[in-house]
Amino acid sequence: MPEYLPPALILLAGALLIGILRGHLRTAVVLISPLVTLWAVWQVPDGVVATMPFLDYIIEPVEGSPLRRLFATVFAGMVFAGGLYAYRQARWYELAAAYAYAAGAIGVCFAGDLITMFLYWELMALFSTIVVWCGNTPGARAAGIRYAVMHLLGGIILKVGIEGVVVHTGSIDLQPMQATNFDTWMILTGILINAAAPPISAWLADAYPESSPTGSVFLSAFTTKTAVLALIMLFPGESILIWIGLFMVMYGIIYALLENDARRILAYSIVNQVGFMVCAVGIGTEMALNGAAAHAFAHIIYKALLFMSAGVVIYRTGKHKCTELGGLFRTMPLTAFCGIIGALAISGVPLTSGFTTKTMISQAAANQELVAVYLLLAAASAGVFLHAGIKFPWFVFYQRDSGLRPKDAPWNMGAAMLLLVALCIGIGVFPNLFYQYLPYPVDYEPYTAGKVLFYLQLLLFSGLAFFLLLPLMRRTETISLDTDWIWRVLIFRIIQKLSQTGAAISRATSQVVNNAIDSVHEKANHHLNSEAPLKEKEPGLLARSRPIGRTALWIAVLLTGYVLAYYF
Amino acid sequence: MSKSNSDNHWLVRPKTIRLLWVTMAVVLALTVFAQLFIKVKGYVGVDSWFAFGAYYGFLSCVAMVLLAKLLGLFLKRSEQYYDEREDNA
Repeated sequence: MPEYLPPALILLAGALLIGILRGHLRTAVVLISPLVTLWAVWQVPDGVVATMPFLDYIIEPVEGSPLRRLFATVFAGMVFAGGLYAYRQARWYELAAAYAYAAGAIGVCFAGDLITMFLYWELMALFSTIVVWCGNTPGARAAGIRYAVMHLLGGIILKVGIEGVVVHTGSIDLQPMQATNFDTWMILTGILINAAAPPISAWLADAYPESSPTGSVFLSAFTTKTAVLALIMLFPGESILIWIGLFMVMYGIIYALLENDARRILAYSIVNQVGFMVCAVGIGTEMALNGAAAHAFAHIIYKALLFMSAGVVIYRTGKHKCTELGGLFRTMPLTAFCGIIGALAISGVPLTSGFTTKTMISQAAANQELVAVYLLLAAASAGVFLHAGIKFPWFVFYQRDSGLRPKDAPWNMGAAMLLLVALCIGIGVFPNLFYQYLPYPVDYEPYTAGKVLFYLQLLLFSGLAFFLLLPLMRRTETISLDTDWIWRVLIFRIIQKLSQTGAAISRATSQVVNNAIDSVHEKANHHLNSEAPLKEKEPGLLARSRPIGRTALWIAVLLTGYVLAYYF
Repeated sequence: MSKSNSDNHWLVRPKTIRLLWVTMAVVLALTVFAQLFIKVKGYVGVDSWFAFGAYYGFLSCVAMVLLAKLLGLFLKRSEQYYDEREDNA
């Protein structure tokens, strides 16, 4: 038994109690268990604090470090905010699943070895699938199955890699490695699938928008950011991640620009933001890794805020397409305000959290003299303002008057959003309070006059571009094909084709076999002088009736074969 | 709750929208001219050019919107695209 109670187990117990208890007691568990978990997170000292035997290995279920505590802190905080947001609207099983899912994420944070990491990794896959299913529509059920297949596949790839590493090095330690052989490539691939890296990125935009308005708040927080943490711990400085990250950044922007579904815009923007973090892990310097961790922290908060404001809109109107929304600021001022703060934070506008964390990544690229990376990240920052900073609030809350006059957010949803608003602005205004919790010492000043001016120019002129190009961005009632087309259509077509060919082959074969049997039977008839007529063209191989004579003949053949086989 | 209310909201009146455009133009101009007084430190050379952030931000956005538009020609499908293909699954 471990001598220390893992924070993940506290949250897991909370998830269990949510299922068992009713009424106020359940509410109390929803609100208190994340806070107890948060407390436990801060009780974990640096280094391995718990070990236990598992099979032939000594696993380390709890290992502390500033990086691990940072991620676990934002995860636990997010569970509290999500619980507050959802507890009056979500069904109990969605809350229980979401809490168990978050417990998996926190478990990965403190996993001291690859086996523990894998177990919690799969816990996340399992319960996040249930959260997707809680969308409770045929679309959500189908998307949940696709999501589960992708994540189980990712889990298997990760497992193959872990087993390879354990067999070849004899160590289950979770420590930095280089993707130089098959085993480490498998681990990297498994993690990148969870990070929504190309070409398996489409699962995210496929599944998250199908969940319930409350479910997507939880989903946006854990899976991809746990993958970022795993990358920081296992593959810091792996240079291919720079280019994978940049691809994700651009891919997220382009697809978000094409998208009509409000939550799908936000889903693509997760890929975009995670791209910044993956790129930073690839750069791999202390400042870059600080930037990746800080950006993940800030991102979880403002992305949840954005999903919360979209969730309120969907909860109140039942609509989620930009073409059906618009003009909601009239009756939903609080939701619009919170959505706009989230949008400003994701864009990295000065005085918001995004500015103090994202610019750290750009600075790390500049310090390493990665000119192209620096310029592409700057262009991407402009693009983020375009697709998330303005597009999301504009099409949902402004553009035209949709005639919808929904009520504003219920009080608990409003309170959760305001809590996150305070954090977005707090980290933006007092970055040094936050920087002290980053994994490495911070030598970075975000608020220099020159830097602020540069980013203001960059962002405000992308705003100008948005409004000038508005006619080009008119929303259409369409979807955009993504890589999920491969497994939703292409593979399906291939299987269909193969099964048709297979059926044709089996038809042809059975005909040949039948003909052979018939001819044997005719000959037998001839020799035995039997008068039994042979029926022809009967339907189906198994539905056919056979003359007793023929059956007796085959039984005789079988028995003879058996006797011969028995003796020899 | 009637629709006529909405048309009178101060934020959507043509006068306000004109005012917003003017304000935006002034702010944009200010951020550019501020560079006469504030030095923007360049890290990679080009970014120390005058008003680099302004035209780089603007042009990248135009490029991204046009690229998205172009890709949209190939990638956009009707919303029922997958439903029609998955019903028989």
